[in-house]
Amino acid sequence: MGLQAYLILAATVFCIGLFGVVTRRNTIGILLGIELMLNAVNINLVAFSHFNASTTGMIFTLFTICITVSEAAIGLALVILLFRVRRTVMADHLDLLKG
Amino acid sequence: MMADPGALALIGLLLPAVSFLILAVIAPFRRSGRPAAYTSILFAAGSLAAAIGAWRGHAEGQVTRLAWEWLPSNGHSIATIGVLADRDSTLMLILVALVALLVQLYSIEYLHGEAPAALGRYYTYHSLFAFSMMGVVLAPNLLQLFICWELVGLCSFLLIGFWYQKPEAARAAVKAFWTTKAGDIGLLIGIVLLWRVTGTFDLGELRTMVASGAVPVEGLSLITFCIYLGAVGKSAQFPLHTWLPDAMEGPTPVSALIHAATMVTAGVYLLHRTVFLFPPDVLMVVAWIGAFTALLAAVLACVQDDIKRVLAYSTVSQLGYMMAAIGAGFSAAGFFHLLTHGLFKALLFLGAGAVIHAVHSNDLSHMGGLAKKMPQTALVFGIGTLSLAGIPLFGGFLSKEEILSATLAGHQTGPFVLLMVVAFLTAFYMFRVVFLAFFASPAAAGHYVNAGPGTVVSGFSRTHDGPPKGGHYTAPHDPPAVMILPLWVLAALSLAVGVYSTAAGRVLQFGPGAEGAGEHVAPPWLTPAAVGVAIAGIALAWLVYQRRTIDAGKLAAVFGPIRYAALHKFWIDDIYEGILAFALLALSRIVGWLDRYLVDGVLNVVSAWTVSTGDLLRTVQTGRAQDYVYGVAVGLLVLLLWMRWALT
Repeated sequence: MGLQAYLILAATVFCIGLFGVVTRRNTIGILLGIELMLNAVNINLVAFSHFNASTTGMIFTLFTICITVSEAAIGLALVILLFRVRRTVMADHLDLLKG
Repeated sequence: MMADPGALALIGLLLPAVSFLILAVIAPFRRSGRPAAYTSILFAAGSLAAAIGAWRGHAEGQVTRLAWEWLPSNGHSIATIGVLADRDSTLMLILVALVALLVQLYSIEYLHGEAPAALGRYYTYHSLFAFSMMGVVLAPNLLQLFICWELVGLCSFLLIGFWYQKPEAARAAVKAFWTTKAGDIGLLIGIVLLWRVTGTFDLGELRTMVASGAVPVEGLSLITFCIYLGAVGKSAQFPLHTWLPDAMEGPTPVSALIHAATMVTAGVYLLHRTVFLFPPDVLMVVAWIGAFTALLAAVLACVQDDIKRVLAYSTVSQLGYMMAAIGAGFSAAGFFHLLTHGLFKALLFLGAGAVIHAVHSNDLSHMGGLAKKMPQTALVFGIGTLSLAGIPLFGGFLSKEEILSATLAGHQTGPFVLLMVVAFLTAFYMFRVVFLAFFASPAAAGHYVNAGPGTVVSGFSRTHDGPPKGGHYTAPHDPPAVMILPLWVLAALSLAVGVYSTAAGRVLQFGPGAEGAGEHVAPPWLTPAAVGVAIAGIALAWLVYQRRTIDAGKLAAVFGPIRYAALHKFWIDDIYEGILAFALLALSRIVGWLDRYLVDGVLNVVSAWTVSTGDLLRTVQTGRAQDYVYGVAVGLLVLLLWMRWALT
C-alpha cells in the first residue's frame, strides 16, 4: 500500500470529524468530532514519517496525542461548567452571540 | 515738545486704544466705575493734546504718511497699515478727540446714577469708539478704513444698547447695526472691486493713478456707487436713514458723540477722502439724494415731540446738506460744514441732555419756561440753535452758505432749491424746540404738543429710575459744573469759528487744491437770501409758539396730509417692516419646505436603506459556533479550489 491510501484514509476520517463537528447538536459529540479530526492529522503525520524515513513526524504525533488528551480534559470540564450554568449542552441553544 | 507731527497723530490714535485695553483687560478696575472713567478721560485728554500737536504740524498742507507692511504676499504687501496725516485728517482728529473728551467728561455727571460696573463698561466702549473713529480718520488705505469703520459701527451698537434691559434700546441697537450693515456690504464690495481694477487700497496711490488717468473709467460708476452705499448707511441718507432717530434710545451723551458729531459724519468724511474717484453721474445721485434726505428729515423734525428725535432728524438733514455739497463737486464745503456741525450739534445734544437731566423726560410737553430756571443751558442751547439756523456770526452760518453756493456753482439748481427750503424748515423746527422748551409756559407747551394726533413719546431717561414723579417741575436747574463746562467750551468754539469765518469771509481754504472752497464766486443775493430764509423760519416759529398769533392747530391743518404722513415717518419704517416680514416669511417657507422634503427626504431614504440592509445581513450572524465552523470549512475549501485552478 502506498502513501496515497493513508492520505485518503486520513482525509476521510477528517471529513467525518468535520461533519460531526458541524452537525452534532450535543457538545460532547462535537468534542468527539474534534478528536477524530486531530487523529486524521496524526495518521497523516505518521504516514509521511514512515514514507520519508524521518522520525520528526512520529515525535510530532506524540505531542499531538498529549495535547489532544489535555484538550479533551479541558473541553469536558468546560461542558460540565456550561451545563451547570445553562442547564443544557445542546449547541444550537448556545447562541448568545446571535446578531 | 515739537515731536514729529505724524508720530503725534499716531500717539493720538493709540492713546484711546491703550485706555481701552486697560479697561477691557483689567476687569476689577473696569468694574470700579469712577476710576475707570477718570482713566478714560485722562487718555482722551492726552489724545486731544496730541491731535492738536499733529494739526499744528500739518496746518500748512504738509502730508505725513506712516505705513507698515501688512498682509505680505509674493514679496510685496497687499495692504499697509498706518497713519495718513494731513490738514483735513488732523482737523477731523481734533474734532473727534475734543468731542470725545467733552462727552466723556459730561457723562460722569449725566450717568451718576449708574452702577459702577455699568459706568466702567460705558467708558470702555467710549475708549474703543475714540480709537476706532480716529482709525477711520487717519486711515491711509481703504482696507484699514473699512476695519475701523466696522469697529465704529460695533461701538455704536454697544452704546445705543447701553441700557440693554430696555427693550426699545435693544431693538434700536439691532436696527442701527443691521441698517448700517446693509450699506457696509456695498462699501466692502466697492473696495474689493476697486482693488481688482487698480490693485491697491492706498488712498495716495489711488489719487496719483486717477491723476495720471490710469484708472479705467468704465465700471468706476458702479464702484463709486458701492462706496457711496457705505456712506448712505453710516451717514443715514435716504433710504437708510431710519436707524438714526431710533438710535436716540441710547444715553444722550452717546447721541451727541456718535450720532451727531463723529460717527455719522464718517460717511461724509469717506466721500471727502475718495471724491476724486467719483464720476459726475454718481455725484449727481449723491447731490440729489443728499438734498432729498435733508428735506425729508427736516419735515419729519417739524412734527416730533421728543427733543432728542428733533435733533436726530436735524442731524440727518444736515448730513444731507454735506452730501449735497460733495455731490455738487465741492467736498471741501461739505467737510467744513461737517466740522462746524460737529461742534454745534454736539452742543445741542449735550444741552438737550442737560434739559432731560433736569426735567426727567424727553418730551417737549414736559418742558417749557426753562429759560428762567436753567439760564446757562438756555444760553448755550440758543447759541447752538442759531448756529444750526445759519445766522451770521454763529458757527453754521458760513459753512451752510458755502454749501448753498457750492450747489449753485455745481449747477445743481434742484438740490439748491430743496436746500433753501430746508434752511427755512431748520430754523423753524429748531426755534420751535427753543420756544417750547425754554420760553412757553409748561401748560401751553403741553396743549400744543397734545393737539396733534399720534403724539410720539419715546422713553424717558432711565438714569432717573422711572417716569417723572408727580410734579416733574419741582426743581429743574442748571446742571453742575462738570456738565455745563463742556457746553460752554462747545458754545465758545462754535462762536469763535463763526466769528472768525464771518470776519475772514470766504477765504477759508479747506482740502487740497482742486476741491478747495472759495474758488467759486457766490452770487451777491445768496447771503441775504439764506439769512432771510432762516429769519423767516425763526419768525414763523416765534409767531406760532411764542406769540401765538398763528394757532398751531390751524397751521397743522393747513399741512394736514403732510403732517399726517410725517407723523407716520412717511411709512418708510412700515414699508421696510412689511418687505422684510414678507421676504423673510417667504424665504423661511421655501427653506422650510426644502429642509422638510428634500434634505430630510434624502436622509430618510438613505437611513431606511441602511437599516434594511443591516436587517438582511444580521441573519448571517446566528451566534452558533457550528455555523461559523461550517463557514470556515467551506471558505477554506473555496480558497483551496481557487488556489488549485486559478494559480496553477
